[in-house]
Amino acid sequence: MAGTASVATGSVLADDHQTEIDRKAAFGVLVDTTLCLGCRKCELACNQVNHLSERPPTDFEDQSVFERHRRPDPDAYTVVNSFKVADDPDRRYTMKVQCMHCNYPACVSACIVGALRKDPRGPVTYDPSKCIGCRYCLIACPFQVPSYEFDDPVKPRVRKCDFCFTRIIEEGGVPACVAVCPSEALRFGSREQLIETAYTRMADAPERYSCHLYGEHEIGGTSWMYLAPTDFANTELPELGTEPIPRLTESIQHGIFKSFIPPLLLYGLLGLIMHSLRKENGKQSDDNDNTSTS
Amino acid sequence: MESKAMTTIIHQHHEYERVRYFTRGTVVLVVLAAAGAVGYVYRLLFGLEAATNLDNQYAWGLWIAVDVASGVALAAGGFTTAALADIFHKEEYHVFVRPALLTAMLGYTFVVVGLLADLGRYYNVWHPMLPTMWQGNSALFEVGMCVMIYLTVLYIEFLPIVVERFKGQVNLPGILSYANSLVESWLTVAARYLGRFISLFIVAGVVLSCLHQSSLGTLMVIAPNKMHPLWYTNVLPVLFLLSAIAVGFPMVIFESILTNRSLKCKPETGALSSIAVYVPILLGVYLGVKVVDLTIRDAIPYLFDGSAASVSYWIEILAGVVAPILLLSNPRIRRSVTGLFIAAALVVGGVVLNRINVFLVAYQPLYPIRPYFPSFLEIMVTIGLISTLVLIFRWIVMTFPVLTTEECIERVGIMNNRRQPAGRTEPAP
Repeated sequence: MAGTASVATGSVLADDHQTEIDRKAAFGVLVDTTLCLGCRKCELACNQVNHLSERPPTDFEDQSVFERHRRPDPDAYTVVNSFKVADDPDRRYTMKVQCMHCNYPACVSACIVGALRKDPRGPVTYDPSKCIGCRYCLIACPFQVPSYEFDDPVKPRVRKCDFCFTRIIEEGGVPACVAVCPSEALRFGSREQLIETAYTRMADAPERYSCHLYGEHEIGGTSWMYLAPTDFANTELPELGTEPIPRLTESIQHGIFKSFIPPLLLYGLLGLIMHSLRKENGKQSDDNDNTSTS
Repeated sequence: MESKAMTTIIHQHHEYERVRYFTRGTVVLVVLAAAGAVGYVYRLLFGLEAATNLDNQYAWGLWIAVDVASGVALAAGGFTTAALADIFHKEEYHVFVRPALLTAMLGYTFVVVGLLADLGRYYNVWHPMLPTMWQGNSALFEVGMCVMIYLTVLYIEFLPIVVERFKGQVNLPGILSYANSLVESWLTVAARYLGRFISLFIVAGVVLSCLHQSSLGTLMVIAPNKMHPLWYTNVLPVLFLLSAIAVGFPMVIFESILTNRSLKCKPETGALSSIAVYVPILLGVYLGVKVVDLTIRDAIPYLFDGSAASVSYWIEILAGVVAPILLLSNPRIRRSVTGLFIAAALVVGGVVLNRINVFLVAYQPLYPIRPYFPSFLEIMVTIGLISTLVLIFRWIVMTFPVLTTEECIERVGIMNNRRQPAGRTEPAP
């Protein structure tokens, strides 16, 4: 695993290698869509806690939104969508989406200035004061989660769920959406324990679940993990492998820049060619020592 | 050597008519440049949403694919020509070094100008320079750093041309004329040191180019589940580097023929024909890697699925790679200015289409609301930037000794620019 090795040993830019998640301390949320009521209280709580768009709370009781597919945007870090059960089209279930807080986040790896950071305990956070607004994070995210304030000409920000960083890390609480959830659809806790919980639930009621804990292994694992009554293929969660997304690009980058040796070698080689060829045919044609530009 | 040539010209009669800066063509360019400037200011005042068709699904558009990615690729003539003429000492191609250098210098300058329009917080563009914000995992960070350093190197490489222009003829107006001899001595010192150390910068320019030309390809490697399989490959950085190397000489040919035509000079057919010999080889290597890569990845079937993407791929390969290989393998076509121009233009267009394909066509966001097509204003800004670049190119070519054939020197009248040719009669160093 060249990628892991170079990430672990670090490059010349030693402190930039990706934050390894702390498996023992990492938080997670288990989303059990079989228990989701589709009440959208999580959307309301998120809106209030993060001071997003000003909308009356009744806006969030409107069930007609399920008729179309919505995605998170600068006004909503999380949205609930409704999906058909594959083998029983009359049955529907609802599912909340937001930033997955990947164990190996592509957005963090892509960010040119480190405005996006991975906390070893789970949250992927964003510091707008560093951001240059290149939007490479929007390109990199395998879930297409970060959104951008395209309408702001002066100080546009990348907008996405920050796992209620202040509430869970600094205040020891739970994310606003989890706190408000009236059913057991959202459970916050240690990621490792949540995986156990998920497997217990699937073992206890196999008929209730499709046997797949989404996010346990996808792209190296995500903090938010999903259980569903049916295959995830007809939801908005994309089918992904287990390899962390940024591993390939990082091994390319660290391979090229390994202690700056490859660029320096190339420099030396070209310099050598330049020097030796000059001696050969330089005597008669190029009596002044200047090169091209003179 | 060149200054010797220039010296002799002074004593000859002027056979060639001077070219004026403003022609009908330049006026059109001025109008387009002005329109682009208006669009640019509109974007700064009202933001990306008002100016562009970008959204949360299509976060990158025309400005990244053309102004930035294609701009960087088409500036590759700078480093490929420097490598050929200065590092491998193929002296017969020195005639292209300065125009290619100027193309690269202006090309990269406008890459940055174009990028600033696209960045949401353009005023933070310098942030990657701060060690506290370094982010070595990001291919974009490498591209940014390399472009910044390389742009500086290009300006340094251009300095000797500026020094040559003014050395021996410093003639400041009015009271500043007291400083003439002081400035003159600065230039003498500058000329000496630049001559001594310029090789270091030339080699650095080639290394920096190889690094970021390839890393520009690494950018999209981070989006495996959103990229069309015809273009998504682990070797995207290799393909970007190879295509940049392959487009270098065609860009030089394209630009040289256009410049000479515009300045009413005879094209340098001999040197153009012989530099064109390299093009089929370089394109062949690029094509070979592309075909092998498609085969290994089992992506061949996508070529025949009839989708818009597959059509775009075929155009990119047939018109941009295969056709110019065939054309330039033919010695008759290599000797014809029209043939050279068409073949070179095909390569240039092919590489631009490749960058558009990789950044726009191949990019398939997960939840598109509408397809992306650039807004009128995006296109206006891009055309405006290219027009401005051409206008500045023309001005520099008519002000500094960039073109070095005798005819061009007289056509643009640099030696004669209302200044005494004093100092020009001294023997070449």
